[in-house]
Amino acid sequence: MQALTDRVKPVDRRPLSFVEKLYLPAILKGMGVTFKHIFKKKATVNYPEEKRPFSPVFRGLHILNRDEEGRERCTACGLCAVACPAEAITMEAAERKPGEEHLYREEKYAASYEINMLRCIFCGFCEEACPKDAVYLTETFAPSNYDRKGFIYGKEDLLIPHPKEKKTV
Amino acid sequence: MNIDWFFILEKIVLISGVLALSLIVAMYSTWGERKVAAIIQDRRGPNRAGFMGLLQPLADGGKLFFKEEIIPTNSSRFLFILGPSLAMLVACMTSAVIPWGDTLTVAGRQISLQIADVNIGILYIFGVVSLGVYGIMLGGWASNNKYSLLASVRAASQIISYELAMGLALIALLMHTGSLSLKDIVEQQRHSYWNVIYQPLGFLIFLVCAFAECNRTPFDLPEAENELNGGYHLEYSSMKLGFYLFAEYINMFISSALMASLYFGGYSFPGMDSLGLAPNLITILGFVALFIKILVFLFFFMWVRWTIPRFRYDQLMRLGWNMMIPIALVNMLITGAWILFQQG
Repeated sequence: MQALTDRVKPVDRRPLSFVEKLYLPAILKGMGVTFKHIFKKKATVNYPEEKRPFSPVFRGLHILNRDEEGRERCTACGLCAVACPAEAITMEAAERKPGEEHLYREEKYAASYEINMLRCIFCGFCEEACPKDAVYLTETFAPSNYDRKGFIYGKEDLLIPHPKEKKTV
Repeated sequence: MNIDWFFILEKIVLISGVLALSLIVAMYSTWGERKVAAIIQDRRGPNRAGFMGLLQPLADGGKLFFKEEIIPTNSSRFLFILGPSLAMLVACMTSAVIPWGDTLTVAGRQISLQIADVNIGILYIFGVVSLGVYGIMLGGWASNNKYSLLASVRAASQIISYELAMGLALIALLMHTGSLSLKDIVEQQRHSYWNVIYQPLGFLIFLVCAFAECNRTPFDLPEAENELNGGYHLEYSSMKLGFYLFAEYINMFISSALMASLYFGGYSFPGMDSLGLAPNLITILGFVALFIKILVFLFFFMWVRWTIPRFRYDQLMRLGWNMMIPIALVNMLITGAWILFQQG
């Protein structure tokens, strides 16, 4: 019969020979293999204390960026929400009032900005879509929470700390 | 009437000690099993509870104790509870005739580190171990669950089949030693060579049968998860399940002790009598030697478990009846012929 691929391996279906029927040689061989594994390097790490290095393009939880003076970069243009294949991002825009120039970089800003981390598939399209360098994916991952509400990250969770006021989030 | 209170006290202390020892060893076997599994599979194993996870067995035991206890409505309540109790009782009873060491001299009294030196020690162990299958049978039957029942039927036929070969292997050993008392057998090995040198084939058969008797991989058919949803203890929860699992580990400990005593010199070690130390010290060293032998066997049990996959049931039966028993018979014949030859 013509094989469908070139990776076909014929199976040896001959009945077992006498030595094979004794099982013992095969068992001893197997035990040799497992014994060698005792001295091998462990494949796992002590996770919370020790973490594996990420690749430079790793995509974890998002942040919202600020500029050098600590003003929010996001202008609530909605391109990230449009790009998002999982529809995880929602936002509401607002107009900057006089006197708020130190808070928001341009005339329009996001009054609320929410990412549902349960919907997010961490594809990074929002990061690519953003024309203002406002949203970035970090190396933080595996968020945990007790209920679904906790996975909806608002602005207070996403915004990076103010560079001058040194407030920790 | 003159009651020897000191004797009674001595035995009570000894019994408590041996019981505590088997329970502690069984407890730490669960830890050892997980560690051995981990290192064989390139993992780390339990390492959170205490140093190197050494408190893990306590945590597991505590969890089992506080779990909700479920007794199925359609089960036979009395037998359902009797099952694990019997398994545990039988597992603990076997340790009575194993010589854990030579005699200690305390305050002018000779204290033998063996609870009961009965002259039919091996027969006693055989009888008690065979009772162990009742625990499994009762549990499986009382659960009123077809999977449990199938598993217990499997366990019964497996244990009966392998007991035959085990008995035949032992007969060859007894022909060589000429005594049924475990103490005599160990003492003989102390002054001569270990029995494994005279009975290598017999030891191999005994070892394989011990695996089958303990329901350990590769013969753990009674708890084949993929076919039987967990086997005879499927309906069990809480500490009753714990008792079944615990009994398995105690059985492992006892069969390791038995194999060490029968074939590997028990509490004797080479050069034991030429060290010139105090007799009490020698006895303690002998106990340590026995304990090390037991630990090696326990490791072996685990090592095999994480190497070999489970046999199919027909393979298991063929191995037992068509291979183990004939080989054991041949071994008996060879031993008999050799003894005749020696006698000239």
